[in-house]
Amino acid sequence: MVKNYKREYGDEPVADPDRTFFTFDLCAPASSLKYADNQQICRIFARKQNIRVFDVDRGIGSHVLMEEDLAESNSTVVGTDSHMNILGAIGCFGQGMGDVDISFAFKTGKTWFEIPETVRILLRGEYSWPSSAKDLTLFLLKKLGTEKVALKAVEFYGQPAERLSLSGRITLCSMVTEMAGIIGFVPEFKRSLVEEIGHFSGSKFSPLKPDKDCVYTDEIEIDLDGLPPQVAAPFSPTNVFSVSELRGVRIDSGFIGSCTNGRTEDFEEAYRILKGRKVKEDIMLKIVPATKRVYTELLEKGIIEGLFRSGAIISSPGCGGCAEGMVGLTGEGEVQISTGNRNFVGKQGKGKTYLASPAVVAASCAAGQIASPEDL
Amino acid sequence: MKSTIHQGRIWVILDEEGKLIADIDTDQIYHNAFLHITELSEMGQYAMGNLEGWKDFAQKARSGDIIVAGRNFGAGSSRQQAVDCFISLKIRCILAPSFGAIYFRNAINSGFPLLRGPQLEELVAQKGLETGDLVEIDFRKSSGRNITKNIIFQFNPMSQVQCDIFMAGGLFDYGKTIK
Repeated sequence: MVKNYKREYGDEPVADPDRTFFTFDLCAPASSLKYADNQQICRIFARKQNIRVFDVDRGIGSHVLMEEDLAESNSTVVGTDSHMNILGAIGCFGQGMGDVDISFAFKTGKTWFEIPETVRILLRGEYSWPSSAKDLTLFLLKKLGTEKVALKAVEFYGQPAERLSLSGRITLCSMVTEMAGIIGFVPEFKRSLVEEIGHFSGSKFSPLKPDKDCVYTDEIEIDLDGLPPQVAAPFSPTNVFSVSELRGVRIDSGFIGSCTNGRTEDFEEAYRILKGRKVKEDIMLKIVPATKRVYTELLEKGIIEGLFRSGAIISSPGCGGCAEGMVGLTGEGEVQISTGNRNFVGKQGKGKTYLASPAVVAASCAAGQIASPEDL
Repeated sequence: MKSTIHQGRIWVILDEEGKLIADIDTDQIYHNAFLHITELSEMGQYAMGNLEGWKDFAQKARSGDIIVAGRNFGAGSSRQQAVDCFISLKIRCILAPSFGAIYFRNAINSGFPLLRGPQLEELVAQKGLETGDLVEIDFRKSSGRNITKNIIFQFNPMSQVQCDIFMAGGLFDYGKTIK
């Protein structure tokens, strides 16, 4: 990014330093010389340009932007992260981009969009623990694949969507990327959630409302009644089964974290399962809080210690186990169960990755095989 | 300003059963192990390096070649290298029924044409496009012609802003034309 910028614009100033930021999350702190160099290049550029850096201690950029009240409802945020559409959880249009796009936005404060068509998805039915926002999301991936909402904006309605907490909405909106969609919104907010988000970001939250005359190019109803926990098998996030269909698949490692499931609530859920239990002896469970704030909350609640004593490896905040760079990879033949959002061939190494909720990953790590919390 | 007509040899990205591979993601195109690389000239060698059956693509591809890929090509991450690796190999353009949203942006911004042709799947299934065929693409008219087999086909037109960016040679050059 900086290389593009310098080649095109030299030492010219960015359009607006107060609305321009660096976040380092993929490889934080740097675990290779190239990353170390690249991060330092960004820091030096930022100092010269008076740009704020959320450094390697802070965690996942999109989450930090929400915590710091820099991403707001009814605004547009762009960044080099394909899950920037997480910001849809707070009614912000987040768009992931490559470094050419971002260099241009740094310099001009401008960008271009093809305005996507919108699909309305009505969710029905009731489900209960241990099923969670992740299971809802994986089930939608099963139903929608990468075709039904491809290149579209999505609005989720109905009780199962409205009931989602902020972290549940983050989980759902993040994986609109895996549906090949542009952005997802849950337009209905209960007053308690409006207050919670206001408290979370430190300023009053005004939900984004759809235009009265808006047009939907498609309406899809999906019944979630009695939804059991869901698991996406290798090598696609849309290759989804109910946990009972995969029960007993032997695993070697687990990962809880990522922009999709890296909030405090996600680790609380994992700890609920692992409290008083142990990660099975030959299983490696990696825990990566999304941000420093999440890490702090987990410390204060005793969950870091609890998870550590149950046998988990605790990492500093960041993108963690979703890509190379932070907490290791899978070796050939290794089977991993992860709360991340992608299980493409080779994404986390030569092994196979299953995607599931924090509860299912925790239960599986206790059992040594794919399991539902109810199986323990 | 780029030349608007191009002739090149095509690579049809098929699986073992002879079907166009759908949902080829950016980790199959350009693996995240090489994200630290920022030199264009170093990127080409990793193109398709993680796509089963196509790992030797970088050695086989020649300057001016054209790729024909399946639906949702370039799904996944925002990495610019997944586009730049093809520019590095001097691939001239990619044809597919559809592309990942960010991938499509990244290519337009680099002045690298991606053409969306919903009928490509059928054309490939009927052997109307096979690896090695010589194909002519008219970027301005969004049309293609298989010279080897004498078949004509159409693509979805680019939107105005995309066309402007492409014709300018990329987003940076386009930026110089606007206030």
